[in-house]
Amino acid sequence: MMPKIKVTLGFKGQTREQEITIPDDEPATWDVDAKLRVVGGSHPRKEGSDKVTGRAKYTFDLNLPGMLHGKILRSPHAHARVREIDLAPALALPGVKAAIRTLEGDEVRYQGDEVAAVAATTPEIARDAIRAIKVSWEVLPHVADLEAARKPDAPRVHGAQPNETQPIEGGRGDVDQGFAEAEATVEETFRTQVQTHVSLETHGTVCRWEGDTLTCWASTQGIFTVRGDLAQKLGIDQSKIRVLCEHMGGGFGSKFNARTEGVVCARLAREANAPVKLMLDRKEEHLATGNRPSSVQTVRLGAKRDGTLTAMHLRSYGADGLGGGANCAAPYLRIYRCPNVKTIESSVHIHAGRVAAMRAPGHPQGSFGLEQALDLLAEKLKMDPLELRRRNDTSPVRLAEYAIGAEKIGWSKRREIPGSDKGPRKRGLGMGSAVWGGAGNTGPQIEVRVTREGAVEVRNGSQDIGTGTRSLMAIVAAEELGLGYGDVAATLGDTALGFSVGSGGSQTAASVAPAVRNAAYEARLKLLEIAAPLLGATPAELETAEGKVRVAADPSRALAWKDVCAKIDGPALVAHADRSRNYDAFSPGSAGAQFAEVEVDVETGEIRVVKVVAVHDCGRIVNKLAVESQIIGGVVQGLSYALLEDRILDRPTGRMVNPNLEDYKILGSLDTPEIEPVVLDVANGMNSVGLLGIGESPVIPTASAVANAVANAIGVRVLELPMTPDRVLAALERGPVEKG
Amino acid sequence: MNEKNGTSKPGAPDERRKRSGVSRRYFLKGVGGGVAASIATGGPALADEGLVGRTLPAPAFAETTVKLKVNGAAKDAKIEARSTLLSVLRNQLDLTGAKEVCDRGECGACTVLLDGKAAYACMTLAADCEGREIRTVEGLAQGDRLHPLQAAFVECDGYMCGFCTPGHVMALVPLVESGRNDVTLEDVKEAVAGNVCRCGAAPRIFEAGLNACRKSGR
Repeated sequence: MMPKIKVTLGFKGQTREQEITIPDDEPATWDVDAKLRVVGGSHPRKEGSDKVTGRAKYTFDLNLPGMLHGKILRSPHAHARVREIDLAPALALPGVKAAIRTLEGDEVRYQGDEVAAVAATTPEIARDAIRAIKVSWEVLPHVADLEAARKPDAPRVHGAQPNETQPIEGGRGDVDQGFAEAEATVEETFRTQVQTHVSLETHGTVCRWEGDTLTCWASTQGIFTVRGDLAQKLGIDQSKIRVLCEHMGGGFGSKFNARTEGVVCARLAREANAPVKLMLDRKEEHLATGNRPSSVQTVRLGAKRDGTLTAMHLRSYGADGLGGGANCAAPYLRIYRCPNVKTIESSVHIHAGRVAAMRAPGHPQGSFGLEQALDLLAEKLKMDPLELRRRNDTSPVRLAEYAIGAEKIGWSKRREIPGSDKGPRKRGLGMGSAVWGGAGNTGPQIEVRVTREGAVEVRNGSQDIGTGTRSLMAIVAAEELGLGYGDVAATLGDTALGFSVGSGGSQTAASVAPAVRNAAYEARLKLLEIAAPLLGATPAELETAEGKVRVAADPSRALAWKDVCAKIDGPALVAHADRSRNYDAFSPGSAGAQFAEVEVDVETGEIRVVKVVAVHDCGRIVNKLAVESQIIGGVVQGLSYALLEDRILDRPTGRMVNPNLEDYKILGSLDTPEIEPVVLDVANGMNSVGLLGIGESPVIPTASAVANAVANAIGVRVLELPMTPDRVLAALERGPVEKG
Repeated sequence: MNEKNGTSKPGAPDERRKRSGVSRRYFLKGVGGGVAASIATGGPALADEGLVGRTLPAPAFAETTVKLKVNGAAKDAKIEARSTLLSVLRNQLDLTGAKEVCDRGECGACTVLLDGKAAYACMTLAADCEGREIRTVEGLAQGDRLHPLQAAFVECDGYMCGFCTPGHVMALVPLVESGRNDVTLEDVKEAVAGNVCRCGAAPRIFEAGLNACRKSGR
């Protein structure tokens, strides 16, 4: 029997009644009026003291007895045929225990492509061994430049296939009709750069064989994806593989599956008959672990005089290395109301590392084009850009976010005439919007253990990639069991525990939390069965709250948590649960709006970001402290993308010019502005917890908000990322250009 | 940073090479302090970083033992001339708080204190550390009791993935332990200007640093 109940969903100021059908073995979703004691508070992370004391062990930190150090030999050439690989000189070095060929076939197609690998007793000897390997190369023509790769006579990356893929079309309605109806149009071309993930802990694994079973510690966002990939590539059964990841130092989308280095590590360990640790170095990390593709977006927008959008047209292409796609149309299709949209996207292969999903794939790129085009339209219509967005936004959550953000940044003080400040340092305000999903999935299998001593542990094979998954698990279970945050422990990061989803797409919290609540609910029911006779009541009359089990109608009839637990049969009570599919939600995904204030020095071209107000939502807030940290973190990455980062390839050699942290710049402390995170708490329905992921939306509109603020400050637009001083000065020299 | 890069011997680089048969780079890697001079024996030059396929004779880096003082405890370590302090801490002494992220002095994840000053362990030769006080993140807490700065990080959520955390903590220790009661946000930002945080916890890190300074300032 599936009960139908009425719940009030939404957020302060905007609610609606909704009838939902809840699965009968799950608690009802927390609605707008739910009184929650632990959920929604600010809680320090469970692993906090491990992280600040250095006790937290990451894959890179493991030192197993007899462990060897692995290293991969990579192609220094962007394109070459490998004639011969002589591993003998490497094997002759004292301390080298294994050397294998990893290249399949005889062609390498980017600087960084894997060729061979060694395992040695120290990392230094492993590096010596790599250098000792003799490879004879036949260097082939390459193409490293996006525009050059599109030409018909460019060297081809994949056999006879043209480098540019057939364009994919998307959209709705009739754009020709839409532009015919428009009373104002704008057109402009925007460019964004290739960005690398720069996870501080590089990719890699530690592999140890015991007979035919493999234990693999991986720096990963998906231990189950690593297990599946290893099983497939090594030709063994998944039951013979255990993958662990207790702590990992950043992934941002690039750490799924075992990847080449994981499989190579397992092979080296088997070959050397010893555990092997193979971690990439910083250069390899830049070259060979994926990247966010570049984009060239030609955007045309049309609207009525009152600002109502009638048509959007996007033609985009971008460099995706060996492959993976350079799409960026999603913001155009999803954020604003417009009946006629047409997107045409293609990807261009070059001899460089293939792309890997990077935090909100496609969205920061598309946002940069879309949001600036909207501001151009607003200028043409002589309308406030905020008002233009309000007219065309369908999301009640985002409309509320606009109001909050505008007030906090001081939008009313925005310069009406761009570039009108006196003196060389000019200030401006700008904004951008975001949309994302993050509604979560079925999959996670949770175990809740309650011992006879009253200790509670939540167990599941999720990863915590820095998002606070452990804390989330503990908070939700504590809420359901009427305990405090400190009373519940969480264990994760092991494929021996219950299945979980990979930590990508902002899916982990949204997938895991409802399953945790369901398991805690099951545990609670079992405990109430135990407590009922002791309190002379039926289980249905009981509640758990404030560390007690008590009669709901008469709280003085109560038993302490520990006293009830003491009556558990056996050493512990164990409850298992997973979760059902999502049901009706207030909002299928998250929104978001960011507002930036900048100061631009028109003599040096430097952009100084003064303040960013980032207003976001993620359904039910579980840990406010962690959610705000995610928002801040996304803004920092967004600023870094806006102002500094650029994967630069040398065209004649096809080599990356800046594969380090000195010349590939990420935002540092002295560049970090004031960032104000604001998060709306939304009772979202959907499942027993109703939260949405927050990992990705905060990185989407930052560059757009900054770009729009820059245009407001100096009266000209920077059309290319990163917005470096030379580009600002070049834009100033070009002067404002009327287009469209 | 490590200022003791050793005094240079007289003679132009070419002359030095002819004299001893080693390249200047190899020579400088072995120089520094009384200990290291004894291990800078002859040996062939190494190929430059990045060139593959060169035939090399067996590396001739002699090994020796150094006596290190880490977090107040004496630790002997077997090293090569080229061993960095970071490599020794992590691979031999299992003190993995200091992290290897860039291995070339660009990110601060390996920050430790050398004689009370923040230094990049990846840019410090282990051979140069004899007789010096090395303090790592593992030496801050007293058993279960966190250092006030560490407690501030936990309270302010000054981390996400946590990989840069030990480096940031160590970079802030001198400021927090200075006892100054006039520490500003700019001072805190300067203290961690040599540390990167990719997850974007910087604003929380600043808050943790400021709070810890205010609590311990006289």
